[in-house]
Amino acid sequence: MFKYIVKRILLAIATIFIVCLITFFTMNAIPGGPFSGEKAKSPEVQAALEKRFNLDKPVGEQFLLYMKNIAHGDFGVSAKTGREISATINSKFKVSAKMGILAVLLAVVEGVFFGSIAALQRNKWPDRVIIFVSTLFTSLPSFVLGSFLLVIFSVKLGWVQAWSPQHQSLILPVLSLAAYPAAYITRLTKTSMLDVLGQDYVRTARAKGVREGKVLFVHTLRNALIPVVTYVGPMIASVLTGSLVVEQIFTVGGLGNEFVQSITNRDYPMIMGVTIFLAVFMVTMNLITDIVYKLIDPRITLE
Amino acid sequence: MAENILSVQDLHTSFTTDHGEVMAVNGVTFNLEEGKTLGIVGESGSGKSVTAYSIMQILEKNGSIRSGKVLFRGEDITKWPESKMRDFRGKKCSIIFQDPMTSLNPVFTIGWQLEEAIKLHTDRKGKAAEERAIEMLKLVGVNEPEKRIHQYPFEFSGGMRQRVMIAMALACEPDILIADEPTTALDVTIQAQILELMKDLQKKMGMAIIIVTHDLGVIAQMADEIIVMYGGRVCERGTAEDIFYRPAHEYTKGLLRSIPSVDKIGQRLVPISGTPINLLNLPKGCAFCPRCDAAMKICLEQVPPETRTVDGHLASCWMAVKKEAEAGMINFTGDSGRSLKADDTAGAGSGKD
Ligand SMILES: Nc1ncnc2c1ncn2[C@@H]1O[C@H](COP(=O)(O)OP(=O)(O)OP(=O)(O)O)[C@@H](O)[C@H]1O
Ligand code: SF4
Ligand SMILES: [Mg+2]
Repeated sequence: MFKYIVKRILLAIATIFIVCLITFFTMNAIPGGPFSGEKAKSPEVQAALEKRFNLDKPVGEQFLLYMKNIAHGDFGVSAKTGREISATINSKFKVSAKMGILAVLLAVVEGVFFGSIAALQRNKWPDRVIIFVSTLFTSLPSFVLGSFLLVIFSVKLGWVQAWSPQHQSLILPVLSLAAYPAAYITRLTKTSMLDVLGQDYVRTARAKGVREGKVLFVHTLRNALIPVVTYVGPMIASVLTGSLVVEQIFTVGGLGNEFVQSITNRDYPMIMGVTIFLAVFMVTMNLITDIVYKLIDPRITLE
Repeated sequence: MAENILSVQDLHTSFTTDHGEVMAVNGVTFNLEEGKTLGIVGESGSGKSVTAYSIMQILEKNGSIRSGKVLFRGEDITKWPESKMRDFRGKKCSIIFQDPMTSLNPVFTIGWQLEEAIKLHTDRKGKAAEERAIEMLKLVGVNEPEKRIHQYPFEFSGGMRQRVMIAMALACEPDILIADEPTTALDVTIQAQILELMKDLQKKMGMAIIIVTHDLGVIAQMADEIIVMYGGRVCERGTAEDIFYRPAHEYTKGLLRSIPSVDKIGQRLVPISGTPINLLNLPKGCAFCPRCDAAMKICLEQVPPETRTVDGHLASCWMAVKKEAEAGMINFTGDSGRSLKADDTAGAGSGKD
């Protein structure tokens, strides 16, 4: 297990390095930079700016310098605002992460709960209602649901204020973000639970005299959750990418919004910083998923 | 005569499905004496497992006991509330299943699963439960039990898993062990070992065994008394000798004809030709009729009653009734309400499809 984790961490570092490499050279290959176009600058100013951002050095050296800096957590400064990128990511990611974690928690709790109910009440009305609603939500894009919620609850009814730095109401964005994964987990849990309920070892548990509650929550659910865990790891990553859209709709000042802005601004250092940050994040999430997976399913050998 | 520890009386069990009611067990009656072994044999779908699950009340959700009694030490357990049944399962009566590869929960250690049963039904907790688990594993021949209780099912072979299942079933010293095809999924050599183990443990612990199987070799080796099932009914019952050397029911005869020898383990029944019975729509008469070469007119119309054969065992077959009548033991005409003539036998072909 320990050896495996070390191996995975080394692999993760290699992955991140490759992401950095690709991002850096792609950004460099794109003609034009943050200081070209727009307003004409005097050659001196241009040169000073380029010197400030190491743009006068050969590309290879620029890359090495860049890597050295990010290894110390220094992503440089934004080409647009001149603020520390790491500080921006830090503050913006807090908002996104809060929203993401709430959405993931909501999705998992809700999905496992309703999925189990649907499985236990198979072909009865609770199952039918749950499956109908979750099918609806899996086919509804988050921007449609988001806009809908915004119009109804903020604009028409005025129950929930839209997001602003002063009033960080996350209810609606979290709901729109959680809807798809929740619906998906519901269906996944139901299928998986039904499969497990038909397994011989569940019958063995009953035949031992285990009470029904324990048969369901210990013997069945633990096995039924294995596919759910495999989905949740990558889902966390997709919830964060999905939040690009949702953050736009609800004008939440999170990392997604920042990313979109940095692209429109051609703020290359910022784009690179956010990309690399997200890469690190996803690689870490995958590693955690694999470890959790191993913890619930002893048959998985992490070698 | 020893006391009956279990007595199943006129048990009817059916399943509600989209296609209708599946009549899986249709009036099964048998007695199990304390410390003895009863074999249930019959081809696939004859209702053997459903009978076993009905006793334990672990039928799938769509199934239920329609009528009949299951007397455990004289008490009808079909009337027991679920909480009392939980105490019956695993403590009074345990069951092991056909496929040891899937019968243990893959995500819990062997020790955990054994201890769960022990903690449920005895006062042993913690260390004491663990000790009992180790003791049981030792008893069923698992090497290094102290180490192996920390392992998961996937680290055990099929034969070893079945040993674990037996250890788990017997951990709380039940009065009855039901073994539903305990060796069907195993290699022939392992099969023999498991059967030996069961016999050995029966000697040590004294429980009664119900062994369910397709395998006539297994049944010959294990059972004191045998019941042969077809279409959810008992066709014939008797000792191994009665069944193998003096079969009286046409179905039993067919079964025996379909294998070359009954002395070896590992022989599966070759199905007798003809369509198996449709449990959704039970025939009025004998369930085996459409496949029976000896069928008579009466077989189509009336369920054959259980009759005592010349040698004293019981069969439910009109042919057996006829033989008894011919031997002058009973009045066949009075029994069926009609006289049996030679042309009845000849006309039976019309009953086949
Ligand atoms: N849950 C269920 N729903 C509907 N029908 C069922 C169900 N369980 C069992 N049956 C039917 O009941 C009949 C008897 O099944 P049972 O499992 O007792 O047969 P068996 O004698 O044990 O056969 P095998 O040797 O294949 O195990 C079969 O026709 C089966 O299809
Ligand atoms: S009762 Fe008739 S049909 Fe049934 S097995 Fe006997 S002879 Fe054949
Ligand atoms: Mg069976």
